[in-house]
Amino acid sequence: MTIELHDAGLRHGKVRALEAVSLHIAKGERVAIIGPSGAGKSSLLHLMATAIQPSAGRLELFGEQPWALSARARQRLRSRIGLVHQAPPLPPRQRVVTAVLAGRLGQWGTLQGLLNLVYPTDIPGARDVLAELGLAEKLFVQCGQLSGGQLQRVGIARVLYQRPDVLLTDEPVSAMDPVLADHSLALLNRHAQANGVTLVASLHAVDLALAHFPRVIGIREGEVVFDSPAEQVTEQMLDALYANEQLASRPEQGPTLAVQIPRC
Amino acid sequence: MARARDPAALPRLLLTLLAVALLWPGLQLSELNPGVLLQAENRKQIATFASAFWPPAHDAEFIKLLYEATLQTLAVATAGMAFALVLAIPTSLLASRALSLRAASRGGRAGVWSRLLRMPVRGLLIFLRSVPEIVWALLFVRAVGLGPTAGVLAIAITYSGMLGKVYAEIFESVDQRPAHALLQAGSGRLTAFFYGILPSAVAEVVSYTVYRWECAIRASVVMGFVGAGGLGQQIDLSMRMFAGAEVASILLAFFGLVLLADLLSRFLRGRLA
Repeated sequence: MTIELHDAGLRHGKVRALEAVSLHIAKGERVAIIGPSGAGKSSLLHLMATAIQPSAGRLELFGEQPWALSARARQRLRSRIGLVHQAPPLPPRQRVVTAVLAGRLGQWGTLQGLLNLVYPTDIPGARDVLAELGLAEKLFVQCGQLSGGQLQRVGIARVLYQRPDVLLTDEPVSAMDPVLADHSLALLNRHAQANGVTLVASLHAVDLALAHFPRVIGIREGEVVFDSPAEQVTEQMLDALYANEQLASRPEQGPTLAVQIPRC
Repeated sequence: MARARDPAALPRLLLTLLAVALLWPGLQLSELNPGVLLQAENRKQIATFASAFWPPAHDAEFIKLLYEATLQTLAVATAGMAFALVLAIPTSLLASRALSLRAASRGGRAGVWSRLLRMPVRGLLIFLRSVPEIVWALLFVRAVGLGPTAGVLAIAITYSGMLGKVYAEIFESVDQRPAHALLQAGSGRLTAFFYGILPSAVAEVVSYTVYRWECAIRASVVMGFVGAGGLGQQIDLSMRMFAGAEVASILLAFFGLVLLADLLSRFLRGRLA
């Protein structure tokens, strides 16, 4: 098993983000996570990426428990995991080429990392991954000059350049037009299939999730609602997943007391 | 339940009142009274001294003297800053929470141990800047004798404390997410700093450094009064001789230096912003 979660829970202060999530994802699997806003999709991905520590339960990656390892060993483990953020955190003044090459900082030594700032060490490598996403001409542009969708593609390019064993993507195409979103997801899936990479993506668009991913996990209010092959996901399952009491027009009942879980 | 009023309004109001309540007695205690400037006797004194300012001294011999003193002041400030940077850069990296591995996976909060380990570094920085440079200069004039060396050492010590503290805070104040994302992808801390923090912090760091260099020029002037050479020593001599014209020339030289620093800062910020 590449990713295992055993009763993993996560709390931000008093707010419950995830509750007793148990998941097994095998090497090379391609999984989409869907669910309403604030359901805990991002939290789940950040948990798998070792970006946050579970407040309950256990996480195993490649058969190791990252939070039981030493800091150095955990950094080595982390270099095998790539996380694409919904809004890629890139300094506006950084050039695209540097942002992409930074994907391999976990594999490079400190010296090579610093030399790469003086002169980019692998311009062809960065150009290749950007070309696949249609951004080759932006190689030497500053990140601050790109649109949200272009930034998302730079974030994807960085992870493709990193060549991780586990590729986690948090709403990777939310700022792209439908054609580009479809192309980018197909590219991620092709890359995962060709290299035996485990791919997990959270998505807002249910149709994209069903079209591109063999396995779909639905989560709601921090709990797994269903976990099934894409072809077995029915209309009723989706209706139950996205049912929204707060938007339903029943004003005579007064204010609802549902807990608001902020997006994280 | 959503509250109708801004929850931050009351604390803000109280803080403003507290600041006023603290500042008002300070004004009383410092016995600030601008009226003394307008008393007839003092007005006459100022007028006689100031009337000697025009025209500023410009004979060849004095200009040469002024040129050498200006160069010495610049050299003292620049050398002092260079030494200060040697100490300030590593200590700011050690003191800053921005490079904490634990903070990267805990939403920016560092662990207890990392906070404890940063305390001695912060303590060192506080010690370095707690003694004013003029006091260090007096000590070093005793130790290494009259001359610019005392000024260089005094600036190096005090300014390393100031630069280290402010650099550490600049590193913490910029967007931490790029560095955290890199740390979460297995990068080392130094490379995470150079790829994630520095690009956002560099303009602020450069502008503050140039401003401090400007301050170092002024400080080296002040230290000249206690025998550390440069323009300060020159202005001290001229004032004692009531040579208003010379004082005016030296003040013009100050103005030129600060203008230069300002232009440099503006140029560098323009390039980096």
